[in-house]
Amino acid sequence: MSERQIQLEVLRYNPETDSAPRFQTYEVPCLNEWVVLDALNYVKDHLDPTVSYRWSCHMAVCGSCGMMVNGEPKLACKAFIHEYGDQIRVEPLANFPIERDLVTVVDDFIGKLASVKPYLIPKEDKPVSAGEYKQSPAELKTFKQYTLCINCMLCYAACPQYGLVPDFIGPAAISLAHRYNQDSRDGGREQRQEVIASHDGVWECSFVGACSEVCPKHVDPASALQQVKVASTIDWYKEHLMPWMKK
Amino acid sequence: MEIIKTDVAIVGAGGAGLRAAIALAEADPKLRIALVSKVYPMRSHTCAAEGGAAGVIKSDDSLDLHFNDTVGGGDWLCDQDAVEYFINEAPKELIQLEHWGCPWSREPDGAVAVRPFGGMKIKRTWFAADKSGFHILHTLFQTSLKYPSIQRFDEYYATDLLVDDGRCQGFTALEIRSGEMRQFQAGAVIIAAGGAGRMFPFTTNGAVKTGDGMALAYRAGAPLKDMEFVQYHPTGLPNNGILLTEGCRGEGGILLNKDGRRYLQDYGMGPETPVGQPVLKTMELGPRDRLSQSFWHEQQKGNTVSTRWGDCVLLDMRHLGEKKINERLPLVRDLCISYLGMDPVKEPIPIRPVVHYCMGGIHTNVEAATPLPGLFAAGECACVSINGANRLGSNSLTELLVFGRRAALSAIAHLQSGQSAGNDAALAAQAQDSEKRIQALFDKSGGTESIAGLRQEMMDTMEAGAGIYRTGEGLAATCDKIAELRQRFAGIALHDKSRIFNTDLMQALELGSMLDCAEAAAVGGRDRQESRGAHQRLDFTARDDQKFLKHSLAHYHPKEPPRIEYLDVVITKSQPGVRDYSGAKK
Repeated sequence: MSERQIQLEVLRYNPETDSAPRFQTYEVPCLNEWVVLDALNYVKDHLDPTVSYRWSCHMAVCGSCGMMVNGEPKLACKAFIHEYGDQIRVEPLANFPIERDLVTVVDDFIGKLASVKPYLIPKEDKPVSAGEYKQSPAELKTFKQYTLCINCMLCYAACPQYGLVPDFIGPAAISLAHRYNQDSRDGGREQRQEVIASHDGVWECSFVGACSEVCPKHVDPASALQQVKVASTIDWYKEHLMPWMKK
Repeated sequence: MEIIKTDVAIVGAGGAGLRAAIALAEADPKLRIALVSKVYPMRSHTCAAEGGAAGVIKSDDSLDLHFNDTVGGGDWLCDQDAVEYFINEAPKELIQLEHWGCPWSREPDGAVAVRPFGGMKIKRTWFAADKSGFHILHTLFQTSLKYPSIQRFDEYYATDLLVDDGRCQGFTALEIRSGEMRQFQAGAVIIAAGGAGRMFPFTTNGAVKTGDGMALAYRAGAPLKDMEFVQYHPTGLPNNGILLTEGCRGEGGILLNKDGRRYLQDYGMGPETPVGQPVLKTMELGPRDRLSQSFWHEQQKGNTVSTRWGDCVLLDMRHLGEKKINERLPLVRDLCISYLGMDPVKEPIPIRPVVHYCMGGIHTNVEAATPLPGLFAAGECACVSINGANRLGSNSLTELLVFGRRAALSAIAHLQSGQSAGNDAALAAQAQDSEKRIQALFDKSGGTESIAGLRQEMMDTMEAGAGIYRTGEGLAATCDKIAELRQRFAGIALHDKSRIFNTDLMQALELGSMLDCAEAAAVGGRDRQESRGAHQRLDFTARDDQKFLKHSLAHYHPKEPPRIEYLDVVITKSQPGVRDYSGAKK
């Protein structure tokens, strides 16, 4: 079945036994249509059952298998072997502590996601018996793109600012806050502003745009951050220069 | 061992588990809720559901119609009290999700849009483009963050239920990060841990779908119901089994054989309908079992297309046009281009049936209660049964909402029924036993069996004997093989002896779960000498209501194959009839 032989270099690190990470190379017979995850699964099933990594859906929607592939943040299930040479190096996602091998500690991201109140805070309560909120296709379109984030954290691995300033709330969490702020059913923007317009929020972003380049779902977090910045600036002007206007 | 005391502990944090947790938190903010999952909630396989969720909302629809479609679609093996409850609650749950922010696709006037789905007589499938499950899961996960009483235990693998005084009082779970065992002591337990599609080699199911929740209940004495009913989704990508939603056909996609014939008309689903004008409950909008079976017949006749990935038929969506495909089926287009290198806007896509869903699961009643007091179950791991012998597309996303909530309400009622305090010593002893079982895997050396090897043999025998069409002989061989594999499973040893994020250990435990589920499915299939819904026997080709208008219940035995009992189906108003998908002929 093999069409190609690749050398898969896998970062290995077991905190119980290793003082530092190292690389281990596996010779993997591959089909050209495979993704890097298939090669890892081949290693796990046939060569070395001790390699640890996360994965599940194999269709780029569960967000489990983010890792560095030849130095770039990628979903292993959407990194095609045919786009690489015969040597492929996989490492855990940058900017996160290594738990073991390709598995990172993601507590920080999960905490940040929760901190932005990423849920609908309705303008007014409406019982289920009153039926659905009306929302036009145009209203849906203003935030739909930002609902597509699969929480794979590739944007955090790509973000130079998150690497430098770990308190930065970061692209995915701010995009998610923006998603709810833009939702015609929502009235919670002021509550979220306390977090995302803060020092660790949107103003930390240096607008390099790396987050949008690596996003596998084309969420374009950079545009969300930019929109939040503009809206926050308008808030500031309204508050300081035009206090008679309510924001 | 650390003991975590809680009021309700939930195993699984996908759609059903999250819905249950939210219902508990809303009912009483003082309830302590432990939400325990082997993966972070958003990794759960609910995220991969594409097409949508069924619920009566439009004025041309009625609860009776949804009831009839569901019961007929399930070949009358559905419990009709459960279906009645389900269809009544469905619209409320979908509106609730809308109020929580789910980005449902909309009509021009801002109302929620619905699309046609297989086996449904009226358009009633709510959808969020073709990422409906993804949006439902993320909406639930994000909403759950509102409630401080929901304490999450992400990446904890539940190993054994704790049962004392005739009731379930918690479970043990491994913290995957540290390898340490924890004892969850709870007044009630809800299992919402998904299906077991991974016991087959070719499946839409993600790696997490290994039947752990089913096996957990089964080993503790709760029977598995109707496990022989496994759904093949008719349209999977041939190389890796990635799902192409039924929405493809709902929007007007057609199925062609190698001669370009819409072959479904030859299997009782015709006459042919005009291309691009799908007719409900006809042709491509027939039910999944019939469509997958038609593929098998086409393959036997040599009418399929040979591809490097095996025999296929073609899903043609070109006539829908780029605009509609981008608007309604963006994920499908992306998946075809990315994983197959083919664009559905420009060419027909080769597809073949792929294992998708377990109709069977932990035996529950309409209250989501198992026969084991204190233990409740919901979602794909449970069999309540609204799906009978064949689930209709878009009923399962709604099911996990309706019965996730129902399990929560029943758990609260159980807490309020006044249970005596648990026997701490007895529970601790059970937890110790569970820990010893895991420790034994670490201590053993020189095992002769490989985990990946046994898993492959299991998948191969399931495909060979328990596929779309089955025979008594084939099923008997599969039963023997699974029994052999269960024995050989004792001969595995871990290569990875680390405590930290040990996926070798996880895979060993998951294989154990799958073998238990696979045996229940194979034995149930061997003993069911009839053809009904997704269970088709070449040696018993007719439905036999005299003998088998019954649920099978598989009871676990640690060494022997399961004992099968039968239970009458609950029939309230729809007597078994003929499943008619012949559209215009009606």
